[in-house]
Amino acid sequence: MDQSPDKALMDQILVRYRVEQFYTIEAELLDGRQFEAWLDLLADDIRYWMPVTRNRNFGEWDGEHTNEGEDLNWFDEGKFELEQRVKQIMTGIHWAEEPVSRTTHMFSNLQVIDESADTLLTRVRFLIYRNRNETETDFFVGKRHDKLRRIGEGFEVAAREIYLDQSVLQAKNLTIFF
Amino acid sequence: MGGDAPHKYTGDLVNIERGRISREIFSARAVYDDELERIFPKSWLFIGHESQVPEPGDYILSRMAEESVIFNRDRRGKLHVMLNNCRHRGMRVCRADSGNARKFMCPFHAWTFSDEGALIGVPKLDTGYHNELDKSQWGLIEARVARYHGFVFACWDEETPDFETYLGDLRFYFDDYCELPDGTFGDWQAFGGIFKWKVPCNWKFGAENFAGDYYHNPSHASVDQVVLSPAGTKGRHTYDEVTRERELYKLNICVTPEGHTARGELFKDDYDYIPTYQDMAVVEDYFRECYTKRQERLGEKARWFGHGGTIFPNVSYSNGVQSMGTWHPSGPNETEIWRIFLAPKDAPVEVKNVLRHYVIRYQGPAGLTEQDDMENWGSAHLGAKGTIARRHDFHYGMGMGYEQKGWPVEWLGGEVHATEDVSEQNQRAYYARWAEMMDTPPDTRRHPVSVEAAE
Repeated sequence: MDQSPDKALMDQILVRYRVEQFYTIEAELLDGRQFEAWLDLLADDIRYWMPVTRNRNFGEWDGEHTNEGEDLNWFDEGKFELEQRVKQIMTGIHWAEEPVSRTTHMFSNLQVIDESADTLLTRVRFLIYRNRNETETDFFVGKRHDKLRRIGEGFEVAAREIYLDQSVLQAKNLTIFF
Repeated sequence: MGGDAPHKYTGDLVNIERGRISREIFSARAVYDDELERIFPKSWLFIGHESQVPEPGDYILSRMAEESVIFNRDRRGKLHVMLNNCRHRGMRVCRADSGNARKFMCPFHAWTFSDEGALIGVPKLDTGYHNELDKSQWGLIEARVARYHGFVFACWDEETPDFETYLGDLRFYFDDYCELPDGTFGDWQAFGGIFKWKVPCNWKFGAENFAGDYYHNPSHASVDQVVLSPAGTKGRHTYDEVTRERELYKLNICVTPEGHTARGELFKDDYDYIPTYQDMAVVEDYFRECYTKRQERLGEKARWFGHGGTIFPNVSYSNGVQSMGTWHPSGPNETEIWRIFLAPKDAPVEVKNVLRHYVIRYQGPAGLTEQDDMENWGSAHLGAKGTIARRHDFHYGMGMGYEQKGWPVEWLGGEVHATEDVSEQNQRAYYARWAEMMDTPPDTRRHPVSVEAAE
């Protein structure tokens, strides 16, 4: 036997551990408002996409999300556009984020669904709590599908698909990052 | 105002002569309830664009005020706007946001309606209704439909004038919006999907903002420091770079008494195209060619460069991003905004991509510009609610007495009023119309029962 079952399991656990560490640090940066440091975790060619969700009849679920690169999407952008969003917040006069939101990014149900020498495909469920001013409170809950690219012992996010479980957005804006 | 609805809006809660408007009109439940009876059922309301239902059987759900409506194209190609509400017990007969259907069946008792709204199926018609139900009287409730260069509006009231009359002198400005970039009336194509989101403010804050509020530019100072323009340059608009080079009037236009509004720029001369998309040859060529064609086709009138406006009561059109944003009332304290975006159907895919990337980063809840607008409206709404605050009217007097007719050029419309740069003329025109309708009590609420029975 080339490899014991324990070795295979240990490899999986090690990968999971590294991904979990990466996502934990990412959440820490976002919740700590270190947006510029967060941008450093994103690949220069990142695709960052959140479709609009629609109510569909049984059997037509494939049309539930709007299409990337074609339809209206809540987000359909790359690093340059994300950098502009960060810059806008860092002006201190982006009134939708001034005073800035308090966020807590949580993730769970981590799956590493594919792994190659260069990349990993992962899926998590996310729950983001946002509170702002006195009473503005939002919960953003959904699924996130990532493509992570290996950088040394760590990763960068090469693609992120964000599926928010709402058809009518219940929040007044999407000024936060997912 | 206690629990009693005010009986006089014009001159009291809405005092245009003095440029004062009561905060009550944004926050009082009684005012809101009057709006639902007196404004929305009598107005032409925006429904959608024909390209959202291109094939026979296609439908989308839309809204008229608080109520869901089906906007569909029947099997013969005719457009309908029908209340999404079963005549028997009121359940929604259509519960998917879009699709293709030849009939709509209510899940409750299975009353079934055709794509023209006719009641075609009633379970136990014989044993339950003893064949005494006149199905022809129980079809879906259908609204009047107006198609205007592909944009579809609907109205519940038979006495409201036809849509073109309703538009009045806004036609010049809305036509300008409906024209393709080359100045022709051709096909627009709505991008798939509708932005729908909730904002904690009264529905009129968005409507009056888009009516013509150049005064609120300071709230967009942050987006002016980053790159948003589709040309990849600093600022919010493509035309920021272009208009800097030009002599122009920045105008607010209001159409009275209809209450519609427009805003835009009138160039003082004919100008050549200014290169805008240098890094994108296909896009640059497209817009250069459109610009030239538009100049040739429209002549002097090509000097008008519309930015947008509000069609009374609750839809705002935005040129450039080519969006229609509808301010659906959802109670006095909440608006559900629906926004669609369009591109010239026959434009190269590169052009569509540039437009699409731009518009979804400009408007909507993820839009760098509209995010700050919504912050304003939500906070202004809170400011309209306080017991003490409500005793003090809002100031709508900017530029009062400085409105001009037939200026700067006659062809902008003989009866419209214009003011330059910042002014609240457009808001005054909008609320004058609003107050006039609010002072007109509805005839009868129930239909089709007799007045006697209703009372």
